[in-house]
Amino acid sequence: MLLIIGCKQQQYKPERIQAELVPVDINIKSDTTITSFIAPYKLSVDKAMDSVLAYAPNSLTKKDSKFNTAIGNMMADAVFELANPIFKKRTGYPFNAVLLNYGGIRSPLNQGDITTRAAFQLMPFENEVVVVELSGYQMKEMFTYLSHGTAHPISNMQIILNKDGSLQKGTIQGHDIIDNETYFVATSDYLQKGGDNMTFLEKPISILPLDYKIRNLLIDYFKKKDTIAPVRDNRFIKEN
Amino acid sequence: MKRRNFIKQTAAAGSLIGLGGLSMSNLSTSEKKHITILHTNDVHSHIEPFPLNDPKYANQGGVARRLTVINKIRTENPNTLLLDAGDIFQGTPYFNFYGGELEFKLMSMLGYDAATLGNHDFDNGVDGLYAQIPHAKFELLSANYDFTNTIMDGHTKPYRVFIKDGIKIGVFGIGIELDGLVNKRMYKETKYLNPIEITQDITQKLRQEEQCDLVICLSHLGFDYGDKTIISDQILAQKTEGIDLIIGGHTHTFLDKPVIAQNKAGQFVLINQVGWGGINLGRVDFYLDSSKNLEHSSTVFAI
Repeated sequence: MLLIIGCKQQQYKPERIQAELVPVDINIKSDTTITSFIAPYKLSVDKAMDSVLAYAPNSLTKKDSKFNTAIGNMMADAVFELANPIFKKRTGYPFNAVLLNYGGIRSPLNQGDITTRAAFQLMPFENEVVVVELSGYQMKEMFTYLSHGTAHPISNMQIILNKDGSLQKGTIQGHDIIDNETYFVATSDYLQKGGDNMTFLEKPISILPLDYKIRNLLIDYFKKKDTIAPVRDNRFIKEN
Repeated sequence: MKRRNFIKQTAAAGSLIGLGGLSMSNLSTSEKKHITILHTNDVHSHIEPFPLNDPKYANQGGVARRLTVINKIRTENPNTLLLDAGDIFQGTPYFNFYGGELEFKLMSMLGYDAATLGNHDFDNGVDGLYAQIPHAKFELLSANYDFTNTIMDGHTKPYRVFIKDGIKIGVFGIGIELDGLVNKRMYKETKYLNPIEITQDITQKLRQEEQCDLVICLSHLGFDYGDKTIISDQILAQKTEGIDLIIGGHTHTFLDKPVIAQNKAGQFVLINQVGWGGINLGRVDFYLDSSKNLEHSSTVFAI
């Protein structure tokens, strides 16, 4: 009380407060000093974004098929192919498999030229490749998670579900999971931190970030491949 | 005299007259002041309007249009502050190509007075943020990030007092906990300090030492999480005192009008947030009167 009386000597007080939400929309004219300031930046960004990296003979979307999709397979295989040499250079051995997430396929890949812009639309986030070392137990948790059926992109693993949706088989590079063995799986830093509730990635035995953004990896993959025509296969299927 | 002031303040704390409420017609009009606060949050590098094929926000937003709106309001009332609640960076290729240079340059051209930092403003690390500092002709305010052992040390201020038409407006910045949201390699030795404790210290300083008439918090904590253990703008408003307005961000919350919360001392605090991507500009107008004119002081919230 004494403190307040001693210090407070406020001059003005609000007697009335009004508020308004002002939409910034098509009815408002653009300020030309700003548009002309942006113009050279825009030109240069557009030019880079419109540069052609590869060609897609067919349009691909993550809704094309169940359990595994051509576009998802392409992304997971791209990570396997391009991130593995980096990992091997640092550790002396390759990683075994790749796990990404279905939600991370952010746009379709349209038939025709694949531009840098398409890579940005496919992967707008800054997520990076990390390689986690998982125990046999954690691998089994992964397969249980994947058996829910969402077409999360995988590479170098196979999952077969029974008719009733239960897990029949989960293998890595053609091998069954051995409990006291460890496995190296490349994924994104987003998933490793528990994104999409992939809690089995949160406490790996070891972890190595590769400082390689998934978007940059895709751009490098498109440049390398020229034609992008992935297919759906039997890496993740359900018995009829 | 001082005793009388104190009583008036507590009276002010208690009463809320809603929309269309009583006006205080017996007040002298000679010393009335009008301060306009304009604000954005989570613009996320949306420099141009959203593309025409955007499923939700086609052709909305755009920095060039925002300036037109701001200029019109500044003509109406030159005593205007322009503020941003963080996540300036990340969301369009402009950030990927220029690292935030264009965002800061444009905010400077628009005449922003201050901004606080959001988690995405660390997306190129403290080094990437530091690299853009020369392009910011506005204050970066952060009271609860301690940058002491980083390259950002000395490049932010906890608060800044702006004087418009003789009115002292204290503005301070509060950021969200970075651990879990941002890679440690990016924020490095940046220390996150408890928002509630820091706010208590800062508001006391702004009200008492700096003698501010208005206190505004730029917050990137997020509007409301339901979970009371996570500090949000709602929690910050309830557990502190001395704030008139919290300008929020992070949760991309679209509020049609500010929400009125009640602080620790029972006084009313406004919380506002205007979505994201520069789709809207928030506007809050404060009409102030000399406290000696306020025989029975209560604030009319015409919102």
